[in-house]
Amino acid sequence: MEDADIREEELELPAEPMTLNLGPSHPAMHGTIRIVAKLDGEVVVSADVQPGYLHRGFDKMAERGTWSQVFPYTDRLNYVSPILNNVGYALAVEKLLGITVPERNQYIRVVLGEFSRITDHLTNLGAVAMDVGAMTPLLWLLKAREWIWEILEEVTGARLTHSYVRIGGLAFDLTDTFRDRALALLPRIAEELDRSLDLLLENRIFIDRLKGVGVLPAAEAISYGVTGPMLRASGVDHDLRKTAPYLVYDRIDFDVPVGEVGDNWDRFMVRAEEVRQSSRIIRQALDQMPPAGSPIDVLDTRVILPPKEDVYATIEGTINHFKLVMEGIRVPAGEAYGYTEACNGELGFGVVSDGTGTPYRVRARGPCFANLAALGRMVVGMMIPDLIPTFGLVNMIAGECDR
Amino acid sequence: MAQRILDRLKETFGAKILETSSPSGDEVAVVARDDWPAVARFLRDDPVCAMDMFIDLTCADYPDRRERLEVWLRLYSIGHRHRVCLKTRVSAEDPKVPSLYDLWRGIDWFEREAFDLFGVVFAGHPDLRRILLYEGFEGHPLRKDYAAEKTQPLVGYREVPPTKVPPFGTAEGMPWSRR
Repeated sequence: MEDADIREEELELPAEPMTLNLGPSHPAMHGTIRIVAKLDGEVVVSADVQPGYLHRGFDKMAERGTWSQVFPYTDRLNYVSPILNNVGYALAVEKLLGITVPERNQYIRVVLGEFSRITDHLTNLGAVAMDVGAMTPLLWLLKAREWIWEILEEVTGARLTHSYVRIGGLAFDLTDTFRDRALALLPRIAEELDRSLDLLLENRIFIDRLKGVGVLPAAEAISYGVTGPMLRASGVDHDLRKTAPYLVYDRIDFDVPVGEVGDNWDRFMVRAEEVRQSSRIIRQALDQMPPAGSPIDVLDTRVILPPKEDVYATIEGTINHFKLVMEGIRVPAGEAYGYTEACNGELGFGVVSDGTGTPYRVRARGPCFANLAALGRMVVGMMIPDLIPTFGLVNMIAGECDR
Repeated sequence: MAQRILDRLKETFGAKILETSSPSGDEVAVVARDDWPAVARFLRDDPVCAMDMFIDLTCADYPDRRERLEVWLRLYSIGHRHRVCLKTRVSAEDPKVPSLYDLWRGIDWFEREAFDLFGVVFAGHPDLRRILLYEGFEGHPLRKDYAAEKTQPLVGYREVPPTKVPPFGTAEGMPWSRR
């Protein structure tokens, strides 16, 4: 007798490719970005990643004011770690000017920059934990971030958009209590991080969601121009703080964590380890820092505003102040490319001067733009729920990506 | 630091390397548009250069020059730890540059961005559409003759009596330098 079963393929409904719009405003998208994913069932066939929803015209705005007036805009590039952007821009312009800031200034830039790096990594780790369903680590890590913002506020006067660094100097010196507060804070951050990782790293769901997902091989990462923790997670030992040391990083002993396969798990672990390494850097930098009272600004009246006593008491000081504020720092004609290791990778500023007080061209090469370009390739063949933590670990900061 | 790259380029390409310089310690080489892909490919494949990492591609506008658009390509070598900047220049009337889409994966978005903001047309790029701005945006805002105050409202301004003017008008024009 003939088998009465219907053959299996006849039972299946014809699979129709479906287009899914994620964003630009979506609770699971950190920042404004749109991903148009073509789906076959639940599997991503192709993804068109569309940045640009936060484009503010950074380059164009930078061409309008003076060189110093660009700092507030750089705050808003990567708004999770503004000091690192301040430092990156200042170093690029100082390279063009050919000046080196005093030692205490360099150490302060390192310390505050590493604190900024910690805030960025903590935010990212917490957000990814939340992406895969763990709410508690996010709250704990954001609490630690808030502590850092408190001491940054004590120094700079602002929680988030500091505008603290100046060309050839700093807005003001550290406060007297900063050192003690910073040293007291580091163990508390470490404790908060360890507590959060304890919840996650042996959690079966968390491991399953991250391990082996979103693999980016090293050769591809390099070809994409991916930098920072994402590149190191793919197994490439490349950190500008080591390969092209700037400020005083060559005097500080720290390790560069490197991943093995380049999956989400590696990216998560690299960032977690970088928080610990940043703490090490801060401790050493605070120890090596020249004592309070050492100069923090370069001794060059063409770059640094004169002291207020001179401005109000002498005609030279008044003129100097007026010229610097109204015309801006006169940067010699030429061009320079300054690059630093921001929390997401190489933050480069290509600056061109025509010899006036206004930048001729400021190019901000944000790491997120290149990192995000690799996302469209990484998510192919992935399930839709995996797209979210993969996107989270790229750590796209819209302000920096869209400029 | 990476002077040997410039030397290597000069001995391989000779007069095709139009200019070399090292402003602020960063090596720069300028080539003609037609040699752009060949030199870029050489930089990637040559074992002395081995520029396997793509860093940045962007543009700068110099309206005083005849070939006013200057395209910058920044490369890095993971193995040798050196970097170089390669430039080419095109005019605004014929802003075509051969695309390097096949050489580095990251080039894709950066060429789209340079097209978007400067109007450099990368011939051979398979998907050259705007990336930061929206479809239907008129002009290329990072060119110096694009006024910073210019607005392109997606929804037009309302007709209002002349006493009630909006806070900003249409194109006012902006000097591009304080010279």
